[in-house]
Amino acid sequence: MTLETRMGFFTDTTLCIGCKACEVACKEWNQLPADGYELSGQSYDNTGALSGTTWRHVAFVEQFDGEAHDLIAPISFEDGGRWLMSSDVCKHCTHAACLDVCPTGALFRTEFGTVVVQDDICNGCGYCVPACPFGVIDRRPDTGRAAKCTLCYDRLKDGQKPACAKACPTESIQFGNLSELRERAQKRLEKVGTIDARAQLYGADTNDGVGGFGAFFLLTDDPEVYGLPPSPRVTTRDLPGMWKSAALAGAALAAAIVLCTVGAPNGE
Amino acid sequence: MENNSRSYYGRPILKPHIWKDYIAAYFFIGGLAGASATLAIAARARKNDALARSCTLTAAGGAALSAALLIADLGNPERFLNMMRVVKVTSPMNVGTWILSAFGITSGLAAAAQVIGAKRSARIPATLAGTLGIPLATYTAVLIADTAVPAWHEARRELPFVFVAGAAMSAAAWNSLFVSHRHGTMARRLLLAAGTCELVAHRRMVHRLGTLLGEPYQVGRAGTCAKVARALTTVAVISTGALGERFRSTAKIGALAALAGALCERFSVFYAGTQSALDPRYVVEHQRR
Repeated sequence: MTLETRMGFFTDTTLCIGCKACEVACKEWNQLPADGYELSGQSYDNTGALSGTTWRHVAFVEQFDGEAHDLIAPISFEDGGRWLMSSDVCKHCTHAACLDVCPTGALFRTEFGTVVVQDDICNGCGYCVPACPFGVIDRRPDTGRAAKCTLCYDRLKDGQKPACAKACPTESIQFGNLSELRERAQKRLEKVGTIDARAQLYGADTNDGVGGFGAFFLLTDDPEVYGLPPSPRVTTRDLPGMWKSAALAGAALAAAIVLCTVGAPNGE
Repeated sequence: MENNSRSYYGRPILKPHIWKDYIAAYFFIGGLAGASATLAIAARARKNDALARSCTLTAAGGAALSAALLIADLGNPERFLNMMRVVKVTSPMNVGTWILSAFGITSGLAAAAQVIGAKRSARIPATLAGTLGIPLATYTAVLIADTAVPAWHEARRELPFVFVAGAAMSAAAWNSLFVSHRHGTMARRLLLAAGTCELVAHRRMVHRLGTLLGEPYQVGRAGTCAKVARALTTVAVISTGALGERFRSTAKIGALAALAGALCERFSVFYAGTQSALDPRYVVEHQRR
């Protein structure tokens, strides 16, 4: 599938104001239950992380480390502090570990190049959960089945934008075909990069560990600051080596059993 | 270890696995059943019918218990058959389901033939079950290594050896309990070899993981389980291997220690995975290297 036909998100975090309209729109459209009213006590982020019932999560990073930042954040302070906000979502990886390891075939790649769980097939084995290098997919406690962002598969089929992109008031969440989004992101990076040296595209490189993301980001700090892995990798790549190691171990077992029985007194 | 890496309020980057302890128990039971079936072939070849009988029955019983443990852990247990709607080589769990199913059928047939005394008819299914027992004892290591969990994925080379050694040790120990002292010699030798391998393989794995990723195996619940496993396995190797041929009672004690040791080892690996996924430091520092 080429980048021209593949649909995805470009989340430009420099435009995010942390309003969480994307979180709400996603919950409403996808009929996801509320997660309770606990306050994190850490920042204005009380959602915490993506989960089976939260498919958009606005991270809220407070940086008051005394460094004089050349600020590109929408909210900045005179003493050099800044707030970074970023709406996280499933990355719809080119090489998706969740899809690779799913034993039932419930996870599949759609005609839009996105990765979607078929709710009527998933049996809740939970293998996709630790397989995801981003900690995105999770098992829903209410259904017992794996769930994550579908990039609004139902809306896409009707020619509509995903709910989060539609609701985003600042166009921080941009939806479109990946080749166009990448061009746009590159231009935006050139502009932002002159002001903030730490600005970087995250997930736009097709040679990275997951073959590039279907939902990529413009960040103004290292990925781990936003709770994202700095160098994610699809572990299925190493599967042939793992089976080889298992075969060697199996051969050792057979050899050990033969050696231990040879010369042992038999039953007669 | 110093925390030098940056993170989002110390929150996990990865989701830890959501498997209940059933799955760690399955790693133990499945390995025991698989290695028992393989040991049954060797015992039969050496005309050790008592040991072959115990191994054959253990394999079938273990297969049934394994299936029960796996189904009980599913979010939607009534959909367990969905595992078999595809054949998918990129999914070790799918491959494992096929292995366990084939093993269940063959070991069940072998056990049935054994019970009704049809020894000849047992030969073919028993040989098949014994062959399938090897992948059954190893695939679970591949299954957990094929995840983003750093303590598992980076141990991908050693984990199959740790699992296979534990499987052989537990199968040898279990079956030695149900045969006379004389019939148990083969099993005790296997226990000695496998127990030694288990100690070496675990040590090698933690050593090669290094200070960062070896840590989840040494702290918390995983660390406790690992220490208990090491102590029990050492006791098992000494009391069964060194003294077991002369003293029946030490052989039995060693067998029990080996079973408990192999079980603790699986739980140690299981919990180490959780611990390494919950701390973003393991993910960030490893990926930043």
